[in-house]
Amino acid sequence: MSEILTHPPTVKTTYREAVREAIRDALRRDPRVFLMGEDVGRYGGCYAVSKGLLAEFGPERIRDTPLSESAFVGAGIGAALGGLRPIVEVMTVNFSLLALDQVLNNAATLLHMSGGQFSVPLVIRMATGAGRQLAAQHSHSLEGFYAHIPGIRVLAPATLEDARGMLGPALQDPDPVVIFEHVMLYNVEGEIAADAGPVDLDHAAVRRAGRDVSLITYGGSLPKTLAAAAALQGEGIEAEVVDLRTLRPLDLPTLLASVRRTRRAVVVDEGWRTGGLSAEIAASVGEAAFYELDAPIARVCTAEVPIPYPRHLEEAALPQPATIAAAARRLLRGA
Amino acid sequence: MFEFRMPSLGADMEAGKLTRWLVKPGDQVERGQIVAVVETEKSDIDVEIWASGEVAEIVVPEGQKVPVGTLLATLRTAGEEAVVVAPALVAAAVAAAPAAAGVATVAAPAPSAMPAPPGALRVSPAARRRAAELGVDLQSVAGSGPEGAVQIADVERAASAPGTRGDRAAAMRHAITAAVERSHREIPHYYLSTEIVLDRALAWLEQENLQRPVTERMLPAALLLKAVALALREVPELNGFFKEGALQASAAIHLGVAISLRDGGLVAPALHDADRKSLTELMSALRDLVRRARAGSLRGSEVTDATITVTNLGDRGVDAVFGVIYPPQVALVGLGRIRERPWAENGTVVARPVVTASLAADHRASDGHRGGLFLEALARLLQEPERLAQVAGGAP
Repeated sequence: MSEILTHPPTVKTTYREAVREAIRDALRRDPRVFLMGEDVGRYGGCYAVSKGLLAEFGPERIRDTPLSESAFVGAGIGAALGGLRPIVEVMTVNFSLLALDQVLNNAATLLHMSGGQFSVPLVIRMATGAGRQLAAQHSHSLEGFYAHIPGIRVLAPATLEDARGMLGPALQDPDPVVIFEHVMLYNVEGEIAADAGPVDLDHAAVRRAGRDVSLITYGGSLPKTLAAAAALQGEGIEAEVVDLRTLRPLDLPTLLASVRRTRRAVVVDEGWRTGGLSAEIAASVGEAAFYELDAPIARVCTAEVPIPYPRHLEEAALPQPATIAAAARRLLRGA
Repeated sequence: MFEFRMPSLGADMEAGKLTRWLVKPGDQVERGQIVAVVETEKSDIDVEIWASGEVAEIVVPEGQKVPVGTLLATLRTAGEEAVVVAPALVAAAVAAAPAAAGVATVAAPAPSAMPAPPGALRVSPAARRRAAELGVDLQSVAGSGPEGAVQIADVERAASAPGTRGDRAAAMRHAITAAVERSHREIPHYYLSTEIVLDRALAWLEQENLQRPVTERMLPAALLLKAVALALREVPELNGFFKEGALQASAAIHLGVAISLRDGGLVAPALHDADRKSLTELMSALRDLVRRARAGSLRGSEVTDATITVTNLGDRGVDAVFGVIYPPQVALVGLGRIRERPWAENGTVVARPVVTASLAADHRASDGHRGGLFLEALARLLQEPERLAQVAGGAP
């Protein structure tokens, strides 16, 4: 008994289960919440996130949709305008481009074009990223496309706590929120507080403290970046790892505080380099902390190719712990 | 492609300033040619290149201080074509390169930093601002960052180290301090000395000089150096370096000759292959070395190659020298002044010119017994000056 008092009870879970638990919690708390998307009901979701929810909550609240991203995202916008709190699941970010018009031209604009009369409290969840050999049409990381759009919030939960805790506050947000779940994170296992709940959405998090270089990343690249930091520690390089968590709006104060401590930054982004989120971060750091920098800002991004299908080429195209560590090393030692 | 890098011109050299290029891209250079002048804490050094070919690119511009090992220039050696590989192409090729099964081993693309314009210092913004705050001259700071870039820690180090702030005398003292501290910390010295009668040697020298034009006359130093070099052949464990826990004896005998500089400080450049030079060659090499050491135009190989040091403080009226070994060398020979003194011989006392020769040696590399044999050999060789003139060098 005393052990339970001194150590808060934890439960073993996976990222996938944490997301499911977040959805279940939201459905229980608020009758206005419902989930819709391709195969979320009978099939249990393309990544098995919503497995069992149809049986528990019924077809009114767990709704399978036609294969028409524009139509069901649009329906989500309408439902949100009509007073509901929809969670719309899009199978992958590649397919979400069919609904980009709905997000960019409708969801993101209506509050502004109605003189503040109509909020769109919509949450869109989608899988992103490569690593499962699903080839170029299912593997891209287009978070940067969405982070470009004013009028929405963009989240990238990279930990079990964030997978469990971001959905609730996202549904509370009066504006549209897009949540990116990296496909390589779904099977991540770990312990989480039994009473884990809502988390703050406004701040980046320092996942590992260090004094020599800031490794700035998010989503599926966080575990790789932590692995790189562990490898660097063996060489006497103390790398700090910053998890962006929220891609829009960026928490620049936390990023800048880290870079001002370490004076060096490597941005790790599974998106492409050119015109990407990494460019935005590098430019923002350069604008605000130029005189504190002790080395050029470095980037480790996905190679500028459609994600290849063969395993070795897919791995070669993506940021990896070795390439991240090499970039950090170059800033310190040039080799 | 031969890569010409900043040489280490001494065990404690960390960085050098490239003050002047003597070649430009397109020039043909020969192995051993002096191609650049480098300023170290001790002096300006003429640096040789150890390959022949055509200068392809000058990487470090004049006036820049860079760490030892920094790429200074590239050389196209015979048979190479002028090929320039754009880093961007290498980076683009990475995506398509197959890696070992299951493991992504593809190197990260090279950083796409543009080369700095010639003459520009690579200084990080943070370092530049700190240098302004601390009043540090960035030209005098050695960069430890990528491609020799100066980072904030380099500026702070420079600000706290008096030897790197442009004051040559202080820098020299700093370098000597580093060397002797290391010597005292690492080398267990032992000391031996003996008195050597030089009447025969000086008499022979006097006769020899009578036959020579004034400009070619020899000093006793030439005989002493030749004798030291030949004695080292008999006790090779005094000649070489102590590195990585072991003696690395050198077959070549390069005598480092301690030369005091007029504005203070000390250098000990190498007289190469002193055992194989004739006395005439040795004398002219010694003159040349002293002149160039004082003019500040020593060659890189002379600064780095010495396998033992000989110091002669006789000119200062000193009777005997017990010196500090210059690491990683393993011995130092000291010579005092040649003075006439009462010398007991065959039951009578006569006046004889005598020098006290001493040996400071590294006990890790040799024992006192071997050191004693060296001094004995030195004394014996100096009793037969005509043979010194003959050994391995041709006519004196």
